[in-house]
Amino acid sequence: MDKIAVSSQGRGLDDQVDPRFGRAAYFIVVDPETMSFEVLDNGNSRAMAQGAGIQAAEIVADSGAKAVLSGFVGPKAFQALSAAGIKIGQGVDGLSVREAVQRYQSGQVDMASRPNKPGHWA
Amino acid sequence: MPEITIISGKGGTGKTSLTGAFAHLAEDHVICDLDVDAPDLHLLLDPEHEKVEEFYSGHTAVIDPELCTDCGLCLDLCRFMAINQGPEGPAVDPIACEGCKVCVHFCPAQAINWREDHCGRWYVSRTRFGPMVHAQLFPGEENSGKLVALLRERARKIADERHLDLVISDGAPGLGCPVISSLSGTDLAVIVTEPTPSGLHDLERVAELCAHFRIPAGVIINKWDLNADQSQAVEHLCLKKGLHLAGKLPFDTAFTKAMVKRMVVTEFQADGLADEIRTVWRRIRDLAGMKSAS
Amino acid sequence: MIVAVASGKGGTGKTMVAASLAKVWDGPVQAVDMDVEEPNLHLFLKPELTGRETARLPVPLADQAKCTACRACAEICQFKAIAVLAGYVMTFPEMCHGCGGCTAVCPEGAITEDYRELGQVLWGRADGISFLMGRLRVGEAMSPPLMRAVWLKVDRSGDVIVDAPPGVSCPAIAAVRPADVILLVSEPTPFGFHDLKLAREAFEPLEKPMGVIVNRAGLGDEALYQYCREVELPILLEIPFDRRIAEAYSQGRVIAEARPEYRQGFLDLAGRIRDLAAAPLLEARHA
Repeated sequence: MDKIAVSSQGRGLDDQVDPRFGRAAYFIVVDPETMSFEVLDNGNSRAMAQGAGIQAAEIVADSGAKAVLSGFVGPKAFQALSAAGIKIGQGVDGLSVREAVQRYQSGQVDMASRPNKPGHWA
Repeated sequence: MPEITIISGKGGTGKTSLTGAFAHLAEDHVICDLDVDAPDLHLLLDPEHEKVEEFYSGHTAVIDPELCTDCGLCLDLCRFMAINQGPEGPAVDPIACEGCKVCVHFCPAQAINWREDHCGRWYVSRTRFGPMVHAQLFPGEENSGKLVALLRERARKIADERHLDLVISDGAPGLGCPVISSLSGTDLAVIVTEPTPSGLHDLERVAELCAHFRIPAGVIINKWDLNADQSQAVEHLCLKKGLHLAGKLPFDTAFTKAMVKRMVVTEFQADGLADEIRTVWRRIRDLAGMKSAS
Repeated sequence: MIVAVASGKGGTGKTMVAASLAKVWDGPVQAVDMDVEEPNLHLFLKPELTGRETARLPVPLADQAKCTACRACAEICQFKAIAVLAGYVMTFPEMCHGCGGCTAVCPEGAITEDYRELGQVLWGRADGISFLMGRLRVGEAMSPPLMRAVWLKVDRSGDVIVDAPPGVSCPAIAAVRPADVILLVSEPTPFGFHDLKLAREAFEPLEKPMGVIVNRAGLGDEALYQYCREVELPILLEIPFDRRIAEAYSQGRVIAEARPEYRQGFLDLAGRIRDLAAAPLLEARHA
């Protein structure tokens, strides 16, 4: 079953979804069938002056995840993820990582066709 | 929770003085000084620092003369004229260095160090008008917009945590990366302009920038009575470009007098200009879609 | 000699000073507007423009067919202008600083150079004054690359007056670095004073002679003057606050012409600038 990457404020399934994609603290990559997961530190993206979203997209793509769940995904990250064939679910901020995955599993997350956050750069 | 960003295109139109006044008139808000290059709002608001953080961004190449073999490859590769042949061998001019890492990567002797730049400092503070987030870039540093994005994020976080309704930001002049970074995702841009050819010209450009990012924009014509004809030209431009005229303020030395006393105009005097600013503020709140206070 | 007219704070009168100085300058002079984000000098000097050029920055163009997804390009790029995801190479040209690193590092020759438009460089003449300016494309985030393109067209063999952008970060430094003398235009208000201190700090490492022009004198306080005395920054000209100056400015007029009583002040300024530029040489001779 395809793995899902969820932007997270902490290192566990019961931590809150990080509303940001590019500058999220961590990505929790979950196998939704077993709920086993690995934690990716997004520190490298956060450190970047520009292009954090693109860096984060690279990290997620490298993990093998085929879908992403987050609050807000900017246009460059969106472009990068889409080009890599990764599905994007936005607007799950306010939930825990676990709850976000459950919503996704039950088909309740709108998989986006366009970014819901404007970019910081032209 | 709306965010209002006050910008000007041209500098010196009164943007910061007006932002200070709005910070006074608004309720339940967070104040943000996004002009990290030459911040001035703190001179009026007298912030007490609650938190101080160092800001790092980008890198600079530094050649180690002990390891350098003087092969000259870095001089050829650098596209920013940042490497010059000195008496002791090639040296990187830190002011010109763009932080691209090309020389570091290609140096056959691995003689170039890659140092993180300590660019500035940012603060979360307390002021008599509410919490304030602000920063100072060290002089000469690159203003990439990262610090602006950081401040805005923090301001929004504070507004969430303290159940505040509004973020008011003092933006930077111009229309380069710090301004772009200030505008993206804001709910209303308020452009402060003046009735001069420069003011008009710069207004047009910054209004185009707002349109490019689909940010609704309101305009305040400050010092309008210096030139009634030019002021009218600005009004025509607003009509033509779909910019909302939030108000016109007359030239008044009260701005400077208040500033010298480290006060905002609406504290300095109760009537006259202060009344007009209050009216403008109400219109701005309407434009930002905020319900009027009863 | 290159004279840069700068300030920490915007709106202190840089363009007004640069325009007046160019008009009274003795001998051939080139007036250059380096405030590429919001150029205003042409509104006052009203040059007849005779030429223009589009300035471009080289940005990567990646050939997916030749790419082996080795990621060397993504690893060297400090600006995320090129990335490799799931075997695909993607470019983000608006992020690119034009360093050429990705093009140089690709082992497959899969990256060639395309261009991004930065803005325009324009030139012409205004009476006897040679004129040059840059104008950034709206939406372009970076000023320094366009400023470098403008600098390439500056005639360094003669006298040049540069109208710099406000502030003290990279665009201001890019405008001021090549100068022989730096003028700091300020006003004696708390904002003007504060930003003058920032400007002096920012430009000091450039080790050029600096002088201050106080505009709107009389509207503010003494702090700025005290500071200039303390740090030995010479005040080269004081322009009093005069509503008629503000009005003339609002009509797009050059002050040295519109208000002839101020013309002598600008002539004196030109003389003092020459003295300031010569001073280090004199010191060196006496040393």
